[in-house]
Amino acid sequence: MDELCSLPSGGAPPCISERERSIVTAGRSRTAIHCTDDSLAGSVSQRACVFCGARVVLNPVTDAVHLVHGPIGCASYTWDIRGSLSSGSEMFRNSFSTDMKERDVIFGGEKKLAACIDEIVEEHHPPAIFVYATCVSGMIGDDIVAVCNAASRRHATEVIPVESSGFISGNKVVGYRAAALALMRLITPKEGETVEKTRKLNFLGEYNLSGEMWLARRYLTEMGIGINVAFTGDSTVADLKRAPGACLNIVQCTGSMHWVAMQLEKEFGTPYMDVNFFGAENTAESLKKIARFYADEAVMERTEALIARETARIAPDLAWYRERLAGKRAAIYVGGAYKAVALIRQLRGLGMEIVLTGTQTGKKEEYATISGLLDEGAIVVDDTNPAEIERFLREMKVDVMAGGVKERVLATKLGVGFVDHNHDRKECLAGFDGAVHFAREVYTSACSPVWKHIRPFGGA
Amino acid sequence: MLECLPDKAVTHTAGKINPAKTCQPIGAMYAALGIHGCLPHSHGSQGCCSYHRMHLSRHFRDPVVASTSSFTEGASVFGGAANLKTSIKNVFAIYNPEIMAVHTTCLSETIGDDIPNILKQAEIPEGKLVIHVNTPSYQGSHITGFSGMCKAMVQYLSESDGVQKAQVNILPGFVNPGDMREIRRIVHEMGIRMIMFPDTSGVLDAPMTRKYEMFPAGGATVAEIRDAGNSALTLALGAFASNAAADLLQEKCGVTGIPLKLPIGLKATDAFIMALSDWFGTEVPGSLSLERGQVVDTLLDTNFHYQGKTVAVFGDPDHVIAMTEFLITMGMVPKYVLTGTPGKAFEAEINGMLGEAGISGSKVKADGDLFELHQWIREEPVDLLIGTTYGKYIARKEDIPLVRFGFPILDRAVHPLMPVVGYRGCLRLIEQISTALLDRRDRDALDEDYELIL
Ligand code: SF4
Repeated sequence: MDELCSLPSGGAPPCISERERSIVTAGRSRTAIHCTDDSLAGSVSQRACVFCGARVVLNPVTDAVHLVHGPIGCASYTWDIRGSLSSGSEMFRNSFSTDMKERDVIFGGEKKLAACIDEIVEEHHPPAIFVYATCVSGMIGDDIVAVCNAASRRHATEVIPVESSGFISGNKVVGYRAAALALMRLITPKEGETVEKTRKLNFLGEYNLSGEMWLARRYLTEMGIGINVAFTGDSTVADLKRAPGACLNIVQCTGSMHWVAMQLEKEFGTPYMDVNFFGAENTAESLKKIARFYADEAVMERTEALIARETARIAPDLAWYRERLAGKRAAIYVGGAYKAVALIRQLRGLGMEIVLTGTQTGKKEEYATISGLLDEGAIVVDDTNPAEIERFLREMKVDVMAGGVKERVLATKLGVGFVDHNHDRKECLAGFDGAVHFAREVYTSACSPVWKHIRPFGGA
Repeated sequence: MLECLPDKAVTHTAGKINPAKTCQPIGAMYAALGIHGCLPHSHGSQGCCSYHRMHLSRHFRDPVVASTSSFTEGASVFGGAANLKTSIKNVFAIYNPEIMAVHTTCLSETIGDDIPNILKQAEIPEGKLVIHVNTPSYQGSHITGFSGMCKAMVQYLSESDGVQKAQVNILPGFVNPGDMREIRRIVHEMGIRMIMFPDTSGVLDAPMTRKYEMFPAGGATVAEIRDAGNSALTLALGAFASNAAADLLQEKCGVTGIPLKLPIGLKATDAFIMALSDWFGTEVPGSLSLERGQVVDTLLDTNFHYQGKTVAVFGDPDHVIAMTEFLITMGMVPKYVLTGTPGKAFEAEINGMLGEAGISGSKVKADGDLFELHQWIREEPVDLLIGTTYGKYIARKEDIPLVRFGFPILDRAVHPLMPVVGYRGCLRLIEQISTALLDRRDRDALDEDYELIL
């Protein structure tokens, strides 16, 4: 493997020559990273598909039925893997599929889809059904829009098509757009309906993993600001329909929600701003930014007080972890860039050195931000693969990696500690408390007593 | 979760709610990982491949590497030939496997890519191999996909040299690496030479070495799979997963194939060992007799923990068939038996076993889903649920203990290393089942009924 893999700084021949431009070294390289392209065939990309992108954005709408129109696999693999928590309905955790069979592929699946919708409405009465197109339904040309519209009229209920055929692009981001369109359709007031403006804000790109939205809401409430609805963590169909009533949109997961924010500005005149609740510093900054928007002395004061109190409260814990983690070397490989940026800051805050950062779906500007944050010589990589990850982890002598489920098992095998910052995590990592949880996760992994027992019989 | 599903009995006729199966390609991918030095390749768009790797990683907690043709709109319109050829070129150049095992997805199947033809035109480096199987996900399930890839191994690789060797082929079925290890140990104890394929032990239960092995030490080698054509006998464990390959071996190379159940439970393990003993004329060694004796002893020690209790079992057909047989041996009452994989043979086999045991009033279904199972349980509850992690929602809602069994298990660890096959597997299952029921009894006991010894 060694002689076949690339390292931008070294003279080794590239892993896959076509991928050379997708790997750059922070500081040194003047050329911008190559990204947002389709993955190379045969390259063992860690990326997923368009359908996946749409599903992860919409799935946290708790009281809707999510019906996957395709063969069973697409529905099976996305059954309740999002880890979003609900304070009410748990309908979203069920897995509905049209289970397309060979005859549906030959004769078309529209009839079956319509029949499924009918049964679902009759038996479960959901306030909305999201119908996801997958590769096969897209390929055979099922007109899911027509089927959904007809069903909507038939049942006088929201049946919303999500055009997320997997093959449209190798990039999840395209799926985010499909989800965004579905959301816009849901929240745009019907004729004659009006939504009154309030002083509340919408929290876009917040999926309530491990109750993170609830934590953010606690802070905002203390500041005197209400959350109108989160997109889409712990949201209901009715909540979402109130979305136009917000006076501000704050956007966390920019990859999935920037476009929605822009749409909301255009349609309803609601301004938006980016926020980030991962890490104490980011949280404090975001809260201040939000408070400033409200231009209210009292809000500002409460915000300052909250930040001062919380920062002081967690400082001893963070210091304890920092003492133990300082100087360790970290790698990051995550889905979207906002997460990467947050992680860089947090790991840095713990005194760690970031030697590798990558994303599956980052954009040029986002990579520029990432590069700017890193020390000279750190590697930045787009859409990487296990062979490259292995090489980097080894050569850069990484102690801890932050990533998702596929990276976890890889890191473990290499003897590298791991923190999950994706679907499989069960810890609330947002806000001030999240900063401590995160530090604890890094510490637990990097400083596990197991590391002492790896070589019982001596050796390297 | 399930509180939002209707309380009254409903039957849904279209589609699936909470599926009890997944799709063919993942089964093919898992089987391919059981060949040493093999890179599974998914011919289609990359989402599927990513999901399969993730799902397998979650169950086995080990890296699962597979490449994909990364279809986009172009490929979907013009066909995937170019993508597959590029993939083959890249994969051999970068990852250098000995063999690539291509499976299709619903997308490439819908387009109608002619894989054998594309392979003929592809540049495959000297000494390297590419095999393939068609696995549209709108047919069958992960089990039929697994079966298909096993068959492809025989079709592409197995040869007869005309000289039969005193060795047995074992097709282990879609089981965990720990099970494959245990099967290997049993045959080894019998002193019989064996070829097992696929064999994911050493691949998906590899130790931590601080070195990442893209192709870990385990797996059946290509040479072994080739040599399977010279064996005296094939034991196909689990009809759904293994019969197709065994039949083809018989047809292609003249190796006698004997279909058996997965050796889960006392009877099925006996049958497995007796088949070996009968065919090769080897005595069953004392070590295995001792293990068997321990199982019978344990069954007698514990029978009052579970005898007469009703149970619902779901999962993959071969697993469920063998488990049902064992439950009957244990004196339990399999009340609901369900698999997501289609196939009438399943219902016939289970109903036959239940009939023989004089058990009536059970519900048995192939191609079912967990919504149906839940509806049945709600109508008339059972004492115990046995199945995959997906059963946990029903277990919680209906307050029934769940013994995790089969694929996938996503919320517990260690299971892929611990066998459920063979006599040791029997002990493990007895322990899990009786512990689950006793824990429940302790939990539910009133203060005055709470006892030290059960
Ligand atoms: S079939 Fe298409 S939509 Fe479904 S998981 Fe695969 S790539 Fe994604």
